[in-house]
Parts: sequence; C-alpha cells; structure tokens
Amino acid sequence: MKSFNYHAPKDVKDASKLASSSSAFLAGGMTTIPSMKLGLANYKDIIDIKKIKKLSGIKVSGKSVTIGATTKHVEVATSKDVKKAIPALAKLAGNIGDAQVRNRGTIGGSISNNDPSACYPSACMALNAVIHTNKRKIDAEKFFTGMFETALKSGELVEAVEFQIPEKADYQKHPNPASRYAIIGVFVAKHKKDVNVAVTGAKSCVYIDKDLSKKLSSSFSASALEGMDVKSSGMNSDMHASAEYRANLVSLYAKKAVEAC
Amino acid sequence: MTKVTLEVNGKKVSKEVPDHTLLSVFLRDNLNLTGTHVGCDTSQCGACVVHVNGKSIKSCSTLAADVEGSKVTTIEGLAKDGKLHPMQAAFKKTHGLQCGYCTPGMVMSAVDLLQTKKNPSDQEIREWLEGNICRCTGYQNIVAAVKEAATKM
Repeated sequence: MKSFNYHAPKDVKDASKLASSSSAFLAGGMTTIPSMKLGLANYKDIIDIKKIKKLSGIKVSGKSVTIGATTKHVEVATSKDVKKAIPALAKLAGNIGDAQVRNRGTIGGSISNNDPSACYPSACMALNAVIHTNKRKIDAEKFFTGMFETALKSGELVEAVEFQIPEKADYQKHPNPASRYAIIGVFVAKHKKDVNVAVTGAKSCVYIDKDLSKKLSSSFSASALEGMDVKSSGMNSDMHASAEYRANLVSLYAKKAVEAC
Repeated sequence: MTKVTLEVNGKKVSKEVPDHTLLSVFLRDNLNLTGTHVGCDTSQCGACVVHVNGKSIKSCSTLAADVEGSKVTTIEGLAKDGKLHPMQAAFKKTHGLQCGYCTPGMVMSAVDLLQTKKNPSDQEIREWLEGNICRCTGYQNIVAAVKEAATKM
C-alpha cells in the first residue's frame, strides 16, 4: 500500500477542510483499505471520520429511523429500536459480509461507495431514504447515480441516513458464496400509499423495479407477481450468474420478500 | 509518521510508524507477534483476525493509527500461565486444524462468537465463521472444536 497522511478530525468542519481531490474519507475501511492495498485507489490524505461523535448512533422518531454515517452494521443489526421499527433493515445489516466486516463496516461507507452489489442502497431506495450530508439533504433516488457513483461532491460527507418507517418490509438476498455480496438482493417495502421494490446486484446501480412496484401497489401478494416477466436486458452477466438467471432471481426473490412481509 | 499506543495482550506498547501501517503489520513487524497471520491480504480469508476492545476484526484491513488507544488481543494473548485457552485446547482435541495457517484467525473469531452466544448451533457457528477460510479441514472438526469449547467456556 502506498503511503498517505492519516488524519482523525473531531468535527465535520475540520474533516471538510482537509478534503481535496486526492483525499478520501475513511469510516470502517472495509472497501477503502483493500482497494488501496490492491493499488486500485491511492490517496494523499486519509480522513478518518470515526472520531466525530455526532456521526454515530441510531434515532427513531414517529415516522423515521435515522442512522449516523459511522454506525456499524453490527449496531444496526442488533439495535432493539431498528428491530422494532424496521426489522427488515436490521436483518439486512446482519447479513452483510461476515462478522468481522459487520464489526467495522458502516452505513455511510457502504452508501458512499455505492457498490452495485451492496445491500444498503436497496434499503435506501425502497424506504424512501433521505441522505443527510454536511451540505444538503438528498433523496435516495437522486443519490445513487451509477456504478460506484453518487451525487456526493468533493468534500461532501454523508452524516446520516433517514429511513421512512414502512407498514411492512423484507429483504431477500442471494449472496455470492465467497464474498456475501448480493448476486441479487430485493428489498420490498409497503408504505401507506404505495410499494417499492428495490433491486441490487442486478445492474450497474441499484434501481426500483417500477413494474413490480406498481403491481404490488395494487395488490400486495406474491401471487400478484405470478407470470410477470422481469427483463434481463441491462443486467449483469458474469461467472456467478447470467443476466437471464439474475432476472429470474429478481422475480423469485421479490415473491419471497412479499411472502416474508 | 504517527505514534501509535495500544494495549496489546495486557501490555502497553508505543511505536512510531508510518501513517499507512496496517494493524497486522504493526503486530507482526513492529511487535514480532507473528501468530497473527496474513493469508489473502484482500480481507477475505480471516487469518488475521484479532480482537480490538473485545470484538473480532480483520487486522489486515485496519490501520494501526485507527485503533490508537485500544485494547488488542492476539492469539498470543489467549493462553494463560502456559495453559491453553479452552478454544485452543478444543481445536487440539478435536483436530480442528491441519496445516494451521488459518487457525489463529479461526480461534480468535470463535472466541468472539462464544462471548456473545454461549451455545451456538452448528448453523450459527458456520455462519459466524463465514469470514474465516480453511483449505484443509473441510470445517467439520472446526465446528466440533467450537462446540467442544462451548462446554468449557
């Protein structure tokens, strides 16, 4: 790994001041550090944000659950408040990577990285999340812009993610057996007025399947999805799964999620 | 350069190291605690698992500077007064290892499991050890070792 300067500011303002085109914010480091070790990324300055106290923690209000950026997966998975308000979110967090990854990895890091196979982005999309940064609030659908791309600008830092509490929700994942990343992950959330079906792992970026969402909005049952054809065009094809296989999994896992709601 | 002060296996240590020093490197090269292994170096194999403030983490994906001030336990810190830790004794008794390369990480990971779950099922043990890869044993005896240790811890 190439050398860099390590910084551990205590507040967001100082973190922001240190940021430049050759810096990266560090939270759990579960992607950043391996990427640097492999030479896929190099930075002059690493800005560790874990010493900034206000970025960690879970708050539940009447309608939403707000999770600080540096809150670890294990904390979300085991939080009584999250389990009560959005059990599907606790379940999702408890199945990310492995135990050691969950002991370090954070929600802010996951969504800022926007890996096309990451779990959290699907929850953000299905639960109409609002991403709070040090500059503004961004709706999830505008936050995830492409493969490993987000709406974040240079020096902009995710502070928290605010999830809307749904009536019902579930997340179903077909994990890659080695990495535990989603070959397919489907997050179904039933809100008062409509249903969101968010899919990760299938394409270059998380998305809402509008057809499945519309169908479930009018009739929330697995049988309503019978015979619906999920198109494989634009889906990833690799050594783990062909595009057609992924398309089939989306349909299958959407049904499983609805049944588990 | 940055000064990193840790409590490793109960002893306070302080070293001046380059900012990009990984915890695994700090332990192995600076403290000569070579029981912590580096297998894949891509954060998947779990041979480098140690405890930081009681929780298992991958030391090859953690900066030493990042855990400044923490309590670190490595495989060398488990045995007390020349007596194997119950998890180490169980791995020995049930033949939970062959080449032994993955064993330090396996043991550290398994100890963390039993801290949070006293009597895990086979399934729970296998799920917990997903981040620890063994290419020799086929895992059967590793699961048996964790179950054996659960009766002693």
